[in-house]
Amino acid sequence: MALNQFLILAAFLFGTGVYGVVARRNGVLMLMSVELMLQAVNINLVAFSAFLHDVSGQVFALFVITVAAAEVGVGLAIILLIYRNLGSPDLDRVEQLKG
Amino acid sequence: MIAQNVAFWIIALAMAGAAIGVVRSTNVVHAALYLVVVLAGTAAQYILLAAEFVAWVQVLVYIGAVVILFLFGIMLTRAPMGHETDLDTDSRWSAAVVGLFLFGVLTALLVDAFGDKEIVLHEPTRTAAVADSIFRTYVLPFEVVSMLLLAALVGAVVIARRD
Repeated sequence: MALNQFLILAAFLFGTGVYGVVARRNGVLMLMSVELMLQAVNINLVAFSAFLHDVSGQVFALFVITVAAAEVGVGLAIILLIYRNLGSPDLDRVEQLKG
Repeated sequence: MIAQNVAFWIIALAMAGAAIGVVRSTNVVHAALYLVVVLAGTAAQYILLAAEFVAWVQVLVYIGAVVILFLFGIMLTRAPMGHETDLDTDSRWSAAVVGLFLFGVLTALLVDAFGDKEIVLHEPTRTAAVADSIFRTYVLPFEVVSMLLLAALVGAVVIARRD
């Protein structure tokens, strides 16, 4: 297997995630796009771990999975709070600080 | 090797299609279910890369917990369950340009840098080796990440509770 096929798949997932973060209005969907980008990073880490025969990459992937779980928990709590205060999970309505 | 490549391309195409589905679907619940396909495909890629432990952690944590959290989030924010037209902002086209540009630049860079590198796998990574690495080399980050998880747990409860 070429190393590149994994890296290019990850690049595609990352690009899709960036598109989602910019284009989506709903907060939950935006968090899902962030998850896509984290998947891309993890695929890169594990692919390089296999390429270099070094287990560190897998350990880092496990850490990223842990941090992603924490991020989703806090992120959804924030979106829930936005929904409760503004009556909608759309993040472009959060504009109180706009000058 | 050929079987592995065939498996890779089948899974990769499914993942790419599902990733498009996540960002383009007009139904919020469908987007979450497309995300399950991407996550399961990632776990399959980890198995192809002989990283069994990471693959099972991926299945347990992502498909088992994170997707459930997303579905709860959809339920609690009372997202419309049918087709919805205003899920996207007006900057959709510029977002597509940015995404495609990023993908193009990354692909060009990767082809230039790792064009001829091959992954040679001898045997699956033993979970004991992962455990040795975590608890010997990376024990401090491991403890820090535990504290982070605890802080995130408490923080999520504090933020989301009704006073």
